[in-house]
Amino acid sequence: MDKKFLKIAIAGNPNSGKTSLFNRITKANQHVANYPGITVEYAEGEATFGNKKVRVIDLPGTYSLTAYSPEEVVARDFLLKENVDVIVNVVDASNLERNLYLTTQLLLLNFPMVIALNMVDSAEAHGITVDSKRLADIFGVKVVPTIAKSGCGIEELKQACIQTIEEGCKIKKLSFPHPINESILQVEKEIEKINTEKRLPSRWLALKLLEDDPLIIEMLRDKGNPAIFAEYEKAKKFLEFHSGDDSRTSIVEAYYSIASGACRDCIRMSETRKRHISDKIDQITCNRFIGPILLFLIVYFLFAFVFKISEEWKWIPLFNGEFESPTGILESFFDYLSESAKNKIQNDFLRSLISDGIISGVGGILSFTPLIFFMFLFIAAIEDTGYMARIAFILDRVLRIFGLQGKSILPLLLTGGIGGGGCAVPGILAARTMREEKDRLITILVAPMMNCGAKLPVYAMLISAFFYKSKTQMMFTLWFLSWIFTLSAAFLLRKFLFRGEQTPFVMELPVYHLPTLRGIMMHSIQRTWMYVKKAGTVILFINLIMWFSMTFPKSNKTPDENLKNSIAGKIGQVLEPISSLAGFKWRENIALIGGFAAKEVVVSTLATAYSLTDSEDEETENLSEKLAAQSDWNKVRAFAMMVFVMLYAPCFPTVVTIRKETGKWKWAFFSTIYSTVFGFIIATLIFQIGSLLF
Amino acid sequence: MKLSDAAEGQVLIIKKVNGSGVIKQRLLDMGLGRGEKIYVERYAPLRDPIQIRVKGYSLALRVAEGKLIEVEEIFNG
Repeated sequence: MDKKFLKIAIAGNPNSGKTSLFNRITKANQHVANYPGITVEYAEGEATFGNKKVRVIDLPGTYSLTAYSPEEVVARDFLLKENVDVIVNVVDASNLERNLYLTTQLLLLNFPMVIALNMVDSAEAHGITVDSKRLADIFGVKVVPTIAKSGCGIEELKQACIQTIEEGCKIKKLSFPHPINESILQVEKEIEKINTEKRLPSRWLALKLLEDDPLIIEMLRDKGNPAIFAEYEKAKKFLEFHSGDDSRTSIVEAYYSIASGACRDCIRMSETRKRHISDKIDQITCNRFIGPILLFLIVYFLFAFVFKISEEWKWIPLFNGEFESPTGILESFFDYLSESAKNKIQNDFLRSLISDGIISGVGGILSFTPLIFFMFLFIAAIEDTGYMARIAFILDRVLRIFGLQGKSILPLLLTGGIGGGGCAVPGILAARTMREEKDRLITILVAPMMNCGAKLPVYAMLISAFFYKSKTQMMFTLWFLSWIFTLSAAFLLRKFLFRGEQTPFVMELPVYHLPTLRGIMMHSIQRTWMYVKKAGTVILFINLIMWFSMTFPKSNKTPDENLKNSIAGKIGQVLEPISSLAGFKWRENIALIGGFAAKEVVVSTLATAYSLTDSEDEETENLSEKLAAQSDWNKVRAFAMMVFVMLYAPCFPTVVTIRKETGKWKWAFFSTIYSTVFGFIIATLIFQIGSLLF
Repeated sequence: MKLSDAAEGQVLIIKKVNGSGVIKQRLLDMGLGRGEKIYVERYAPLRDPIQIRVKGYSLALRVAEGKLIEVEEIFNG
C-alpha cells in the first residue's frame, strides 16, 4: 500500500461499455497511447479512489484471452507482465453469458478482480434481472452493478476495488468436467516443478498449454522440463478420446459451460421482450432491399454534413458580426500571419523561410483540424450506435471481390468516394475500426487514390484548359476512374502482396444504443489532439525540406530561371527522359514533386514554373489559358496528367498518417512508391495510346 | 447440413465446428460450441454474410465460415 500509484486494468468484451466506464472513472484525466510497433491502442488515465491515487488502464476490448488476435495478445501481455493491483472486468448484463466467458478466463489468472456488472438498465429493459450477490458468491469476487453511461455505481465500484486490494479476494476454484480436470492435474504437476516464481498460476499455464496456445508453448519450451510436453501429448490424446474433438475445443466448451452455468444461476428473465427494439431496427436496416438504400442515404448525408459544417457553412460568429466556417477561420488566421510576416520581415531569406516554409506548413496541417474533429465525431457516433457493424454486414460481399471488406467503405468514402471533396487523412484514420490487419493495410494503401479535395483544383485547372465543353462528363469520368483504379489496386495488392488465408470475419452485431454526446466528444477531442501533435511535427519538417529544395541554390535571376536551377528543378530535369513517357516535362515534374507536399500545390508550382506572377484568384484561369496556348500541350497530355495526379504518391500529411496508423515507415514508403509506379504505368498507357489515336 | 445451407428463420443445433487455427478459435470464442442452439436471423443483401442469433446476441459470419459449422435443424424450436 505504500506505492504512490495503484494500478488498475479494465478488461472486457467490445461493446460492454468498457470505455464509457473508463471515462467515468478517469473523467478527463487520460490519454490514448499506442503499443509500440502495433496499432492496437489503449487508453491510460489517472483517478483518485478515496484518498488513493490510481493509474487506470483501459485494455483493448476482447472476447477471449488467446494468442490469436493482436488485441488479445496486448491485453493478456499487459495483465501478465505489469503488476496490476486489481482487474476490473466489465460485463454487459444484457449479454451475460458471452461476457462471462472472458470472465472465466480472467478468473483463472487468479489476480485480484472486481466485476462491474454494466448496463443493468438496458438488461432490465430487455427483461433480464441479474442477481449480483449470487454472481459474487459463485466466483468469489465483488460484483458491482453499474450504468456507465449515467455514472451510476461508479463510487461503489471504486470502493470495491480498494477493498479488494486491501483485503484480497478468494476466487473460487472453477470446476471442469472430469476428463479435463484429470488432464490439467497431470500437466500442472510438471509445470509446478519449474514454475518457481509463482507469478502465473500453474493451473492456468496448464490450461493454456492444452489449448495449444503458441505463446505459452514457446514460453514453457525454454524452461527445460521435457516432462511437461510428454504429459501434454498424453493429456491431449486423452481429451480427444473423451470429447470427440481436439483438446482446445473441449476446453473452450468447458469455459462456456462454466459461464452458462453461472448465468443460469443468477439471471431472472421476466418476459420475452428481449432485444425487441434492436431487432425491429435490424429488420429495416439489414433488409435486403431497404438496407442498402438506407445505408447510402445515411452515409451520404452524414458525409455531406461533415464537410459542410467544417468547411462550407459559415456558422461561427466573428467579432465584426460576420460569420465564417471553422476551417475558414483557421485559414484566414494563417493567411494573416503569413502576410504580416511578409510585411514585417526585411530579410528575404528569413521572410520566405518563415512565411512559406513554416507558417504555410503549420497552417496547412491545422486547417485540417475541424474536418478531422467532425469526422471523428461522426465515426464515433456511427460506431457507438452499433450501425457501423451493419454497414460492414451489408457491404462485405461486394468489397470482398476486391480484397477489401465491409468496413473498408468508410475510409474510401471519406477520402472522396462520393464525388470528390474528401481527404485521405481522416479516411486513413477511419480504417481504425477494422480489426483485421491485412484488410486494414490494403484499405489504407488504396484509399489515397480516391479523389480528395486537394486534387480538384488540379482537375479544374486542366479541365478548363482542355475539356471546357465537357466539364461535367470529365469530372464524372475522373470520379468513376478513381473507383476503378482504387478497387483494382486493392485487388492486385490482395493477389500479390497479402496472399494467404483471409482473416475470419466473425463480427458481433451489437444491440443499438443511443450514444452519449459526452462520450463521443471526449473521444473526438483526444484523437484530434493526437493528430495535431504528431502530424504537426513531422509535416513541418518535410515542408521545410520542400521549401528548401525549391529555393536553393539561389541565384538572382527570374523566378523561372531560379526554379530551373534549384534542387527541385535539377531533379525535374533529370527525371524528364523517363517522365516524358507519360508526357511530363521538367516543369510538370517540379509541380508533381511539389504535389507531394499537398496535391493542390501542383497548380501553384506549375504557375510558377510557367513564370506567372502570383495574381491571386486569377491564377487558375491564367494558367489554364497559358497551358491551352502551349504548343506541346494537348488533351491527351492533360488527361494523362490528371490521372497521374489522381493515383501517384499520397501527399505528405497522408504519408505521415500512414506511418502513424500502420506503425511502420515501411508502409509509408511502400505506399508512396507503389502508387507512383502504378500511376505512372497507367499515365504512360494513356499518353502513349492516346497519342496514337488522337 | 452446414450452417451456410440454412434458410432464414431456421432454428439449428451445432453438431461440430470444423476448421483450425484462428478461424476455429474465433468461432468457439463467440460461443459456437457443440450443442449450441442458434437461430438464422437473415442473410445480407447478397446472401453473404449470415446473421445468426447465438447465446442471446447477434453474430455475423461469412458463408465461408458458415461452411465450417455442421448443424441440424430442430423442428419444434
